[in-house]
Parts: sequence; structure tokens; C-alpha cells
Amino acid sequence: MKLLKIVLKNVVRHRLRAALTVLGIATAVMAFGLIRTIVGAWNAGVAGAATNRMITRHRVSLIFPLPLPYRDEIARVPGVTAVAWANWFGGVYGDRNDFKNFWPRFAVDPETFFDLYPEFEAPPDQLAAFKKERNACIIGRKLAQQHGFKIGDVITMEGDIFPGRWEFAVRGIYTGRDQSVDETQMFFQWNYLYEQVRQREPGRPVDAGWYVLRVAAPDAMPRVAAAIDEQFGNSRAPTKTESEREFQQSFVQMSSAIITSLQVISVVIVGIILLVLANTIVMAVRERTREYAVLKTLGFSGRHLVAFIVGEALVVAFAGGVLGVALTFPVVRGFAKALPTFFPVINVAPSTIALGLGAALFAGLAAAAFPANRVVRTPIVVGLRTVG
Amino acid sequence: MRIPFSYIWRSLWARRLTTALTIGGLALVVFVFAGVLMLARGLEATLVETGGPNNVIVLRRSATSELSSQIDRGTAEMLETEPGVAPAADGRPLASREVVLVIDLYKKKSNALGNVSIRGVSPHALELRPGVHIVQGRPFQFGTHEVVVGKSIASEFKGAALGSELAFGGDRWTVVGIADAGGTAFDSEIWGDVDQFMQAFGRPVYSSLTFRAANPGRFDQVKTRLEADPRTQYVELKHERDYYREQSQTLATFIRVLGLLVTTIFSFGAMIGAMITMYAAVANRTVEVGTLRAVGFRRRSVLAAFLVESIVLALVGGALGVGLAALLSFERISVVNFTSFSEIGFGFALSPGVIVSALTFAVVMGLVGGFLPAVRAARLDIVSALRAA
Repeated sequence: MKLLKIVLKNVVRHRLRAALTVLGIATAVMAFGLIRTIVGAWNAGVAGAATNRMITRHRVSLIFPLPLPYRDEIARVPGVTAVAWANWFGGVYGDRNDFKNFWPRFAVDPETFFDLYPEFEAPPDQLAAFKKERNACIIGRKLAQQHGFKIGDVITMEGDIFPGRWEFAVRGIYTGRDQSVDETQMFFQWNYLYEQVRQREPGRPVDAGWYVLRVAAPDAMPRVAAAIDEQFGNSRAPTKTESEREFQQSFVQMSSAIITSLQVISVVIVGIILLVLANTIVMAVRERTREYAVLKTLGFSGRHLVAFIVGEALVVAFAGGVLGVALTFPVVRGFAKALPTFFPVINVAPSTIALGLGAALFAGLAAAAFPANRVVRTPIVVGLRTVG
Repeated sequence: MRIPFSYIWRSLWARRLTTALTIGGLALVVFVFAGVLMLARGLEATLVETGGPNNVIVLRRSATSELSSQIDRGTAEMLETEPGVAPAADGRPLASREVVLVIDLYKKKSNALGNVSIRGVSPHALELRPGVHIVQGRPFQFGTHEVVVGKSIASEFKGAALGSELAFGGDRWTVVGIADAGGTAFDSEIWGDVDQFMQAFGRPVYSSLTFRAANPGRFDQVKTRLEADPRTQYVELKHERDYYREQSQTLATFIRVLGLLVTTIFSFGAMIGAMITMYAAVANRTVEVGTLRAVGFRRRSVLAAFLVESIVLALVGGALGVGLAALLSFERISVVNFTSFSEIGFGFALSPGVIVSALTFAVVMGLVGGFLPAVRAARLDIVSALRAA
């Protein structure tokens, strides 16, 4: 108890310096938390993947569509309990250089798609209205908020993959079942895409971008995948069937170099925390060289002195860590607001908080090691002779 | 009267450990700052350099990339006979009808699937892009299932070595050559015969047509005329460079926004570090400052001396950070550019602009961190300063 008192007294001896150090550590811990959260947001799709869904897509690349008749053949594979399909629509809404104007747009089978994705929750009457009208669409809650879209609004955009002007009537707004669900997407009727393209570009085929399947049990997945891929192996459009998790993972993989860079940066941040803290501790210890010598003559052992120094470093580090974690939340919120389309699902994970605090405390221990060692080794006489 | 620089230098040297720790903190921040700028710069350089200065690319209007663009045969034939197209060495139009698609290949390093652009080209493609050289093997033969792979693909993906066979589009394709495109986006592509690719993938239309402008100064007239012509009105003409610059925009902006946001946040950490050091310097040297004032140095000079000291700290840290970042030039990274949905390999590009920005950033950190402590030093009262200690 007395030890803690001395440590705290030492901390507040240079109030300004202590405050600045805590602030410096807090900013670094906050940056660390932000980066970890961003990396987590990247993986949100993987974390939120359902355990009973699989994706069948063209083996050569996702950019190639699959023929429509595959649907019935896939549905007949033992273990598959439901099949839906979707297409990436692309499209340009408003100014194409404004990030806010980009969100994922999918043409989906209106009858089956929302049955397979129970995490997209829309009121039954809205779902019914969506199924009734050809150019109806359902959009996510966050997307509606960002652009002020209301039910009944018409969203107009320019097609890029499917050229021409497109108009979609908002008939429903879905909310996510939990925090991990992306609420920035837009779904419209696949039939609308099909009919319009046939009208606008006669002769251009419109197939399914990919199929979504529900399987009875997760352990049936390898068998289902093998059965489907074997069936279409020698056709003109061979398939690749994988769990939704693997499918999402392949998207994360595409940016793996950026994620790695971010992880490198987060290590650099721990280095910065360490340097700021070490600087303060080294200064404090140097100024108190004579004091420590006096304490030694009074009978305090090296262990006591180490405890003083390490304790002081840990107290400062902990204060900085707590403040940094507290600051992480508003910063992440601001970040999510500034770049809504890049990271539709962004949440501070408990592990991030633990890691941030851990990094600060680790830096505290490491920063104290060198000066503590020096104090223990300095002979009393040398210490007393030192002019601060 | 100015306080001599040697005083500043010796003051820093007197407290080596503290000085080194502060410099280290500043260096790390500048390192990340410079790294981010180099990355964005490298991406832009890679893509912008891909476009030939006098080349014009024709896409379908409002297509955001070649992947979503379609040009039918009739239109392509008409465009080639335009008077705005320069003649090739053989007298035919210097133009290439191309189709761009994406296939999946396994990466050597991570064994994960990566998206690779494949580009079907016409016989004049190499003459149109003099920056692309076959460095191993030979060019592919038109009318056969032969392909040439870019050097990034050859080194990063499995099964893309010289002499191996790639399977896509329901067929097998032999790699007969490796191309060096001088670090441009073509290094991350696989090239083959456009007609063979279209047949294999059952695709009836081209993605784009690229031609050399006969008279680059008249680009605007040719563009206006063709885009107004009812037979070609659904196309859009762009300088090839502008097209590739647009392709880099989203990803480069993303890297910059994300990177600079993070660096700005933790530059506060480094600034605070500098501030702590400078406050301590002032506190430790109170008597010295009093003496300086007593011998006749003005407040202004004391302020300047401490500010310069802090800037020297920052500049050394900045130089160290840039030096560390320069080592990144040897690194190459590869990510998917979502605009073209395919892998693009690029490096960290150090440019004079990046160095200047990074050092400026360091000096600003030094100034901000050193200002308040310097003011405190300048405001010390001579008598009480001399009495301290």
C-alpha cells in the first residue's frame, strides 16, 4: 500500500509531463484500437457468414455467370434444402467519384432470396410488396439513412455492366438481425434485370451470377460441394462450390497485402508508445539519481527501487491505456460515419480493448527495464556524486 | 543576436538517450507517413504509366472499366478505318481490338486464389505498346492456344512459368513467353489472341479498342465527332493515360485516406513525445537560460534556440524515417483493384515529392511540439532563473 502511495506521488511530481505522457500513450492506444477495428471490419463478412449456406460460382472466375437450368440440378443434390441466385449489378449512382455513392447492388431471385438470408429482417408487408412489383427493391437501414431514401422513393442510376438508365422503387427497408449484418446493401428483382436486358440488348444472355444454397447440416458441405462440382465439371460452365465462409474469405484475401500493412503499422504504434513512455521514465530516473542513492543508504534494497520505477511506468501506461480505449469508441464512430461504404460493419471488439491495454502495459514494463537496471547497478557513491 | 548552432547541437548531445528516444518516436511516425504516400504513389505510377502517351482507348459509354465495357465487331471495324487512327509499320491501322476477362489462379506464396486479368489482343498490340517486351521465350502465335504472361504473374502465381499449361475457358493454353512491361499494369496480365479468347469464353463482343492517335492534338475533334456519330454514339474515347489514372483513383484514395488518418492520429503521440523532451530540456537548463539572458541574449534568441533544437530533433527523426521508408522500395505488394476486379502488383515509389512531404510533416511535428516549451524558456525571468537549481 505504501509502495503504491510513493509511486503515485512520484507520478504527479511533474504534473505536466505525466499528463502529456498519458495523453501520448492514449493517442497511440487509440490509433492501435482503430487499426485493429478496421482489420476486424474487413473480416466482418467472414465472421458473419452463416454456417449452413454455400455458394456455387463459375470455377474460372466470379465474373462469369452460370446457366439458369443449374438451379434445378443443384436443388436435386442430396443435402441441399434450398437454392437462390443473385447477380452483381454494379451501376453508377450520382457522382461516381464520391465514395458515398457506392453501395453493393444485387439482382436477386425475389421468391427465395430472403428465405435463405433470415438475418436481413424486413416487415412481411414490405416483403410482399417487393415481390409484387417488377422494379421494386429492398435496401438496408444504414443505406436508407445515409441517403435519406424512404419507402416509395425511386432510385435512378446509370448502368455500367448493364448499360442504360435504371429506376428502382424502394418498397422495403431491412434491418440486420444483429450488429454483424451489413445494412448498406440493395436488392432488386432479378426478373427486372432479365426483362430489361432482353429488351435493351436483344441477344445478350442474362444468367445467374452465383447460386446460394442452404444445406441441412454443416458437415454435409464437403459432400455437397463435391457432388455439384463433379456434376458440372465437364460442362461449358464448370462450378466451384464452397461454404459462405470460404467465399467471404476469398474476398478478404484480395486485400491481404493492405491488411498486412495495417498489422505492421499496429506494431509500429506499440513501438511509439514504448518510446514516449521510456523517454519519460528515463528522464524521471535521471533526475532522481541522487534520491535513489539516498534511499539506498537508508536501507531500501534494489528490489524496492525497481518496484518504484516499474510501478510508476505501469501506472502511467495503464492510465494512458484506459484513456486511449475510451477514446477509441468515438473515433471509430466518426470513422464509420466518414467512410460508410468502405466498412459497412464496424464494431470495437472486446479483444481489441484487451490488446490495447495489454500493449500499453507491456510497453510500461519494457520502458522501465533499462532505467531500473541502471539504478540498481549504480553504486551509492556515484549516485550521490551525480549532479542532476 | 543569434545563439550559436553549436550550443543547440551540444545540448542535444548532452542528453543522448532522451534525444535518441524522441528521434526514434518521430522516425517511426515519419516512416509510416512516408510509407503510405509511397504506396499510393507507386500504385498511381504503375497504372498511369500503363497508358501510352498518344494512345486512345474506346470503351462503351459509362463503362467504369474494360471489364464492364462492350464494343461489337461492326463498331470496332468502323473505328479502325477512322482517319484519326495512325498507320502501323505495315500500313494497316495501328489499333488493337481487345477483350479483358478475369480468371482465378493460385498464388505461390499463400496458396490462395487470386484474380488475374487476361487480355486478348490483336496483332498490332505490341507495336501499340512499345513498353512491353518479351524477355523470355517468344511472342504467342495468333490462331493458336498460346499465351504470354506478365512477369509479376510468372513470379507470383502457380502454373504460370514458361512452358507450363494454364486451364481456363474450357481449354488448355501454353505459356510460350514472359513479358516485361516495365512495372506497369501489363506486368500483371496474361496476353493471348483475342479471337481465341472470345471463342473459348463464348463471348461475341470485344471489351475495348485501343489505337494510336494520328494527330494527338486533334483528340478532342475526333472524340466529339465519333461520340456524335449515330453509328458509334454509344462509345466513349479516352486518353489511355486518363483511363488508367481513373482506374487507380479509388484504391489510391483509399490507401491515402486510411493511411493519413491513422498517421495524423499518432503523429500526436510523437508531437507529445517531442514536447515532453523539450519541456524537460527547458527545466534542466533553467540556469543556463538565465545565464544566456544575463550575458545579453534576447528572449527572441532563446525562443529561436529552443525551436531550432526541436526542429533539429524532428529533422533527424524525419530523415531517419524517410531512410527506413526508402528500404520499402525493395518491397512489392499485390492487391485486387476492385475497379478492374483483378490483382495489380506494385511497389513503394519514393519520389522527391514524398521526401519533401515527409520532412515537412516532421518539421511541423517539431514546431508544434517545441513551441510551448520554447515559449516557457523565453519567458523565464533572469533573476529567478539564475537562482534555480
